[in-house]
Amino acid sequence: MSRLESALADLRLADTLAARDTGLSRLDPRAKIVTTLAFLAAVVSYERHTVVALLPFLLYPVALVSMGEVPWRWLARKLALAAPFAVLMGIANPVLDRAPLEVAHGVTMAGGWISFGSILLRFALTVTAALAVVAGTGMHALCAGLAALGTPRVFTAQLLFLWRYAFVLGGEGARMATAREARGGRGSPTLAVYGSLAGHLLLRAFERAERIHRAMLARGFDGEIRPSRALRWSSRDTVFVVGWVAFFVAARAVYLPLLLGRLLTGLGG
Amino acid sequence: MNQQVVEAIGLSYAYPDGTTALDGASFRVAPGESVAIVGGNGAGKSTLLLMMAGLLEANAGEVRIGDVSVTPGSRDFVRRTIGFVFQDADDQLFMPTVKEDVAFGPLNFGVPAEEAASLAATALDVVGASHLAERPPYHLSGGEKRAVALAGVIAMGPSVLLLDEPTAGLDPAARRRLIKLLQAFEHTRIVATHDLDFVLDVCARVLVMEGGRIVADGAPDAVFRDEPLLARCHLEAPLRWQG
Repeated sequence: MSRLESALADLRLADTLAARDTGLSRLDPRAKIVTTLAFLAAVVSYERHTVVALLPFLLYPVALVSMGEVPWRWLARKLALAAPFAVLMGIANPVLDRAPLEVAHGVTMAGGWISFGSILLRFALTVTAALAVVAGTGMHALCAGLAALGTPRVFTAQLLFLWRYAFVLGGEGARMATAREARGGRGSPTLAVYGSLAGHLLLRAFERAERIHRAMLARGFDGEIRPSRALRWSSRDTVFVVGWVAFFVAARAVYLPLLLGRLLTGLGG
Repeated sequence: MNQQVVEAIGLSYAYPDGTTALDGASFRVAPGESVAIVGGNGAGKSTLLLMMAGLLEANAGEVRIGDVSVTPGSRDFVRRTIGFVFQDADDQLFMPTVKEDVAFGPLNFGVPAEEAASLAATALDVVGASHLAERPPYHLSGGEKRAVALAGVIAMGPSVLLLDEPTAGLDPAARRRLIKLLQAFEHTRIVATHDLDFVLDVCARVLVMEGGRIVADGAPDAVFRDEPLLARCHLEAPLRWQG
């Protein structure tokens, strides 16, 4: 299996994981979407040098992963794939912001390094939570949940097609790469070959996408996403949303690590 | 099952690059009939099927199902009446599990989720694929994918089945199972294929296409013995006749 094919299979695992009967998959998609949005809002609301105050928020992604029985190795691979973007966003901070900000155990830390650490921590928290929700819900149910929450149909349909066609484009690309290899193509292609491959890939993927769209139309698809499991809001969903949102509000209002430290050490007050 | 007459009247179609795909194709299929459409590559078979399913609009001519003309306005009726099994099952299957994929069509028709699940279970049972219900479709074999794609169409309760190259890529055992299944169906069946042995087993009538036109219409036994016609249409007599 080529690297591209195995990357696609890995991504597709999200849907396979979501099809299992887990504590997370049994929750209404709307409950997971609303709670995760509240989580994202809470995490990004802190000022840029915040690190320690974010630590209590680790509880939410850890709980999602545990409830959804999402494999940590799969999550780690996905996080590693996206990590360069987070690094790219924050890598200039230590250079641009060298003003000393914190002294910990006798080591003075520049503001840039702390804000860089904060970006990485927020990235890990938000992306882990988002991945766990996708793997514990499935893209189709997630789109149905978004639609039920009032997201415009054009947006949810686009999201579903984006997910579907990512595999189409990737699959066509993997087949082309295999065919090139079978005809002796090795190493990186030259710019001319690369251009031709990209053009063919686009045309092939376009034709395939057209066939898939026709197949969906033939089975009555009209742009509206209908969930294969009826959306049913239960008391369990209410407890999930209210419980977690209350925790996020508490964690945002109170400096929990400090409070915990005081409780454990009996110092301060 | 409410059976309908399917009629193509003077269908013509040219692709945007000017290639003529259909050039005045006309025929009539009686309720419950099993008809094959054969012809060489580019003869217009797949285009004809797309048009009959209302997925492609003709430049001229008309498709009628019973008293209803296939137009964008009659789309809902057409979707409920015509079931289209595509050549590449991978184009059709995309939901996370087989049972969800088979329920996709009924859900789109507004059937409640529980009832759609029940229709999906029945359709999977009909094609002998109940044991695949929980599996992800992309991990199935070619024959299993074809069976599931067929179940996805049957679950919608159509009276007319359009099948584009249904035996392409199937191993002999899967092909035999598909033949037995289609023989047992009471639906009107219209099958575009190159597999003339399959036609002998499943269809009582064959339409031969050449250059976008119907050039022969008759019983397979008679049509397949017309060697000049077969040669002109890039076809050969069924393998079982070739000794």
